[in-house]
Amino acid sequence: MRTRRTIAVALAVIALTATAACGKEGSPNAEGGDSAAKLPTYAVKSDVKIASKALEDAKKNGKLIIGAKSDQPFLGFEDTSTGTRTGFDIEIAKMVAADLGFSPEQIDFKTINSANRETALKDGQIHLYVGTYTINDERKKSVGFAGPYYVAGQDLLVQKTNSDITGKDSVKGKNICSATGSTSVKRIKDLGGTTTEYDAYSLCVDKLLTGEVDGVTTDDAILKGFAAKNPNKLKVVGQPFSKEPYGVGMSKDDKALRDAVNDALKAHEDNGDWKKAYDATLGLSGAAAPEVPQLERY
Amino acid sequence: MDMLLEDGNFSIYLRGFLQTIELSAISAVLALLLGALLAAFRVSPVPVLRVFGTTWVTVFRNTPLTLLFFAVVFGLPRLDVHLDNFTFAVIALSAYTGSFVCEVLRSGINTVPLGQAEAARSLGMGFGQTLGLVVLPQAARTVLTPMSSIFIALPRNAAVAGAFNVAEMFSVQKVLTEKGYAIIPIFLWVAMAYLVLSFSISGLFRFLEKRLAVVR
Repeated sequence: MRTRRTIAVALAVIALTATAACGKEGSPNAEGGDSAAKLPTYAVKSDVKIASKALEDAKKNGKLIIGAKSDQPFLGFEDTSTGTRTGFDIEIAKMVAADLGFSPEQIDFKTINSANRETALKDGQIHLYVGTYTINDERKKSVGFAGPYYVAGQDLLVQKTNSDITGKDSVKGKNICSATGSTSVKRIKDLGGTTTEYDAYSLCVDKLLTGEVDGVTTDDAILKGFAAKNPNKLKVVGQPFSKEPYGVGMSKDDKALRDAVNDALKAHEDNGDWKKAYDATLGLSGAAAPEVPQLERY
Repeated sequence: MDMLLEDGNFSIYLRGFLQTIELSAISAVLALLLGALLAAFRVSPVPVLRVFGTTWVTVFRNTPLTLLFFAVVFGLPRLDVHLDNFTFAVIALSAYTGSFVCEVLRSGINTVPLGQAEAARSLGMGFGQTLGLVVLPQAARTVLTPMSSIFIALPRNAAVAGAFNVAEMFSVQKVLTEKGYAIIPIFLWVAMAYLVLSFSISGLFRFLEKRLAVVR
């Protein structure tokens, strides 16, 4: 009886190991390469005087609290094992913080989901928000925006060998994956495609790699991040079919802060930091940097 | 509360409700068959079958259901098994629920007095006949109450499928939230659907218990 029990336990262990082995092979960032070397550094300004309540609060505590995403590679990504954040949005946050007088060590990044952004800004939980935050009139009623610092658009991510899908007119009858209930899903359905929906884009990308779906759709900036992670297997089609101007979110009536952030964005776009940050992050996908968007000061 | 009547929401809600029922019903039937088979394996005189049954129960009863879904939905395609997500969900749910059914049945088998099996054997019945005709019917009738708990949990466990591209009740909640409706009415409507399902199943089992319970 004892041997039998041992065998049963051994088999169970083997079966569990087999299940566990079905996950991703190798390190998730293995193909991304070491991009840290090429990232620009930003000179931190001293003696910044801006009549902003949020900024005075941040200065008093010595910490600028910035909301960000944590699950978008090369855009807003947190390596939870080391607690470091990387990506284009994170670089934008660092640039802005430097011009407001805060060094990278003085930034306290906080992960805030899309659904909670307005609440977090209104309640003053965070001073700024940088995380694929599309500027629109509806949101302007409750929060303030500086920027846009990047204009994204809905695009398609496909396998590198795929030549069927060339843009929005070729998704008819194709199976496209995106986040549950998003506007991207709605557009694909209107275009005659079928959709597969998961909570996270990373799951969609996994399904694309195993060939269960024909493509993944959302803003091109997010897709470029995934393409940069798998540059040998995936590509972004490059025919965006919507306009998503990304801005830096902040409290609604803080005009002084809004102007200061706009000035900071302008300065770093002009001195080439913006382009350098793009090349070291999203640019790894192989997609060339788009034109620097015109700031919309209001 | 009248949000179900606008903007095609009712068809989304109804589709989700039916999908949950379909998913639960198919998984329930498969889990019952699988559980009975595994229970037979676990009490059988053949060591290999006993080991198989024990392993199955150990693995599937101890793995969190979400993890099991991940292994099925993202693991099987890597082994070149390509099925639609509804089928994947049925596989994960029935494999999981089947392990619980097996253990409940086995506990029932242990309540059947040994004399019953001995009497069957002395009449010349084989193992299959003894189990299928004498022991299992009595065991099943004894374990109706714990069995009802497993099958009430099933539609609620099926909600995990909502995160894996099956448009069932839980994913209805996500779609409606994304459409911008208030969270409380959405919650109430979805909870209502689960309540209807749970009450129906517990009602069915209460009926069965009254008809079939063994008086000892």
